[in-house]
Amino acid sequence: MPTETTEYNAPDSGGKAAAAAQEFETEHLEVSMGPSHPSTHGVLRLNLELDGEVVQKCDPVLGYLHRGDEKIAENMTYNQFVPYTDRLDYLAPLANNAAYAMAVEKLANLEVPERCQAIRVVTSELARISAHLLGLGAYTMDVGALTVFMITFTEREKLYTLFEELTGARFTTSYSRIGGVTRDMPDGWTDRVMVFCEEFLPLLDDVEALLTRNRIWFDRTADIGIISKEDAISYGLTGPNLRGSGVDLDLRRDAPYSGYEQYDFEVPLGENGDCYDRYAVRMEEMRQSVRIVRQAIAKMPGGPFYAEEAKKIYAPRKDKILTSMEELIQNFMITTEGPDMPAGEVYFEAENPKGALGFYIVSKGGGVPYRMKIRGPSFNNLSVLEKVCLGGMISDISAILGSLDFVMGECDR
Amino acid sequence: MIAQDLKAALQESCPDLEDRDSLDWPAFNCPISALVDVVRVLKEDHGYDVLTDATAIDNGVAASPRFTVVYHLFSSQSHTYTRIAANCDDDSEPTAPTLTDLFKGANWMERETFDLFGIRYEGHPDLRRILMWDDYPHHPLRKDFPLAGFENEISDPEIAANTGVKVKPAPMAGGPFVAQQSCFESKREPVAKDESWNEQNEKPDS
Amino acid sequence: MVSSNQDIGYNSKVEGGVIVSKADAVINWIRTHSLWPMPMGLACCAIELMASGASRFDISRFGAEVMRFSPRQSDVMIVAGTVTYKMAPALRRIYDQMADPKWVIAMGACASTGGMYRSYATLQGVDRIVPVDVYVSGCPPRPEALLDALIKLQDKVSTENSAKNLLKG
Repeated sequence: MPTETTEYNAPDSGGKAAAAAQEFETEHLEVSMGPSHPSTHGVLRLNLELDGEVVQKCDPVLGYLHRGDEKIAENMTYNQFVPYTDRLDYLAPLANNAAYAMAVEKLANLEVPERCQAIRVVTSELARISAHLLGLGAYTMDVGALTVFMITFTEREKLYTLFEELTGARFTTSYSRIGGVTRDMPDGWTDRVMVFCEEFLPLLDDVEALLTRNRIWFDRTADIGIISKEDAISYGLTGPNLRGSGVDLDLRRDAPYSGYEQYDFEVPLGENGDCYDRYAVRMEEMRQSVRIVRQAIAKMPGGPFYAEEAKKIYAPRKDKILTSMEELIQNFMITTEGPDMPAGEVYFEAENPKGALGFYIVSKGGGVPYRMKIRGPSFNNLSVLEKVCLGGMISDISAILGSLDFVMGECDR
Repeated sequence: MIAQDLKAALQESCPDLEDRDSLDWPAFNCPISALVDVVRVLKEDHGYDVLTDATAIDNGVAASPRFTVVYHLFSSQSHTYTRIAANCDDDSEPTAPTLTDLFKGANWMERETFDLFGIRYEGHPDLRRILMWDDYPHHPLRKDFPLAGFENEISDPEIAANTGVKVKPAPMAGGPFVAQQSCFESKREPVAKDESWNEQNEKPDS
Repeated sequence: MVSSNQDIGYNSKVEGGVIVSKADAVINWIRTHSLWPMPMGLACCAIELMASGASRFDISRFGAEVMRFSPRQSDVMIVAGTVTYKMAPALRRIYDQMADPKWVIAMGACASTGGMYRSYATLQGVDRIVPVDVYVSGCPPRPEALLDALIKLQDKVSTENSAKNLLKG
């Protein structure tokens, strides 16, 4: 991201800290930050060793939200697990639903119709906007700007209204099924999404006006929490955090799925890998998401919204169940035994708001997975904390945590 | 096609490399002693520079080899994945070599696998539990561990003494219900798959 | 001002600048309208908790917008999300640190009963470790449901023998 870094020399927090250390006598402190702390966005805990205000060691403690999702997955059919995917990254459930369904469809070697793919693209991108809005609101609130939080939450409520109309729930949507989506879009829904897009972009400009050239915001985020390209790759970072460090990688463009290759969009990149770049990348990603949503709606294909030929995977529609014996039996089998899956192993990653959400499914046939590993992007994104917090001030930690934009639900699973 | 080229190249450094059944990406079974070398060759010579996922599979209580460690490598240049799997030698005290020298991200993923499967990574700089608390005695993703869990003490003795709260097995009555595909039709009633504690069965002891 | 509290029958024309009432009524009236929550945001429900604090649902209409992350400054702990066994001692510790009088709202299925997470890692209901005053159903509950729970809690608070408890303490 070309910023005004060349004109303005942001204070180097490490250097300032070192100078401060010479002036004052400092004390060695051990601080346990969390698991209930406003800037840890949930239940992360950091064991810090401080020298005065300078962080010397940072040891993140996870697991306060470990709910046993992977074990639960081994004990239920593929469709029964869809609601649990809502609660992985609970800021973008629609994107998780789609990613999970695509992973299982890959196992079943099932191609879903174009309309279903396009619906998934629209919902995933709206989910991305919603997730980035919350990330941005919480991030700015952590460094002391409450107004942006109120603005972004107002927009999120508009999105929630759209999601509710589509799925029946505000954010635990469970919208995907293996082989399709639960229901088609309601009449006029795409028009209302277009109206949202229309209103959203000027609002995003307002938020930019509040932040991008704001001196306080710039001082709090620029040159803070720098992640180098090499570290970003080595720690397995994905998503905006990776791109904020200047690594040009976006699975939507590079390993396209669900028809992403049909849409034009840019992949924004950062330069320095600091907190400011990660903010800037997310802002631009929201604009690109709006672009994708508009394209997807403009060429929304007709036809069925689920794979009609996959009779042993997608439960038949209700009107057919009530009138036909064959469909009734199918519905019963799919509900009680699960969809019929081949034996084998697949790994599928989708580019979710937080990064690459991966599912590694080991199947021995039948309707229940033998082993399902969920690769939550936040888990890897947080592993860099032990490095990135070193040498900074303790007050930088809230900016770093906000800029990494993690969710403990998918980190701990 | 890529899989065959990759296999030929990898067999130069590890002759015992075998194909692994896979429905998508090239996958190889490799002897656990050669694991680090194979991954290093993949990383340095073939551009698989991201370790996206490291995990393990429990092949069942009676199976031997029981534990398999599985790695997914991603190439940020060609945007493809490779799966490397290796069987752990010992079934009761499984061990595997660490990849932390090659990938910094392996640190937490191996800690997670150690936590959930009990596989010890040799040479790991900081092998502690990461998701469960330090004193937790079990490895939850092993197949002999029920979903409901076992009775244990909670992590804080002071709170445990004040409140008398213990880790208790979760009730399984109430679902999720799955019918067994293999059994006789009239018995194919949907039941909770993990029946460690329901109306019929007593609570398990650890 | 229209007061929901029937015990303070104040009419300035009759009584001038003097109010005569029961201590309970006054204390409870003050408490019900300034319930400061301790947002124990653990999982998905925390997002709906934030939504109730934001502009559309505006929890400040009920005097509960002062979210204090310090347990010392809060009256009602809103447990929003799944409580795991690893988190439970921390939660109890925070509850112990809250000053009396204190109340607990268990927000959502997970906090109330363990919800859909019937597994080895999840505490099956937060009432096993702290006393709960109001349970809210839903996964997650809508913000309206949380506001309803808050009103229910206000009803409960307004019937307490506060003056007696103060003297006892």
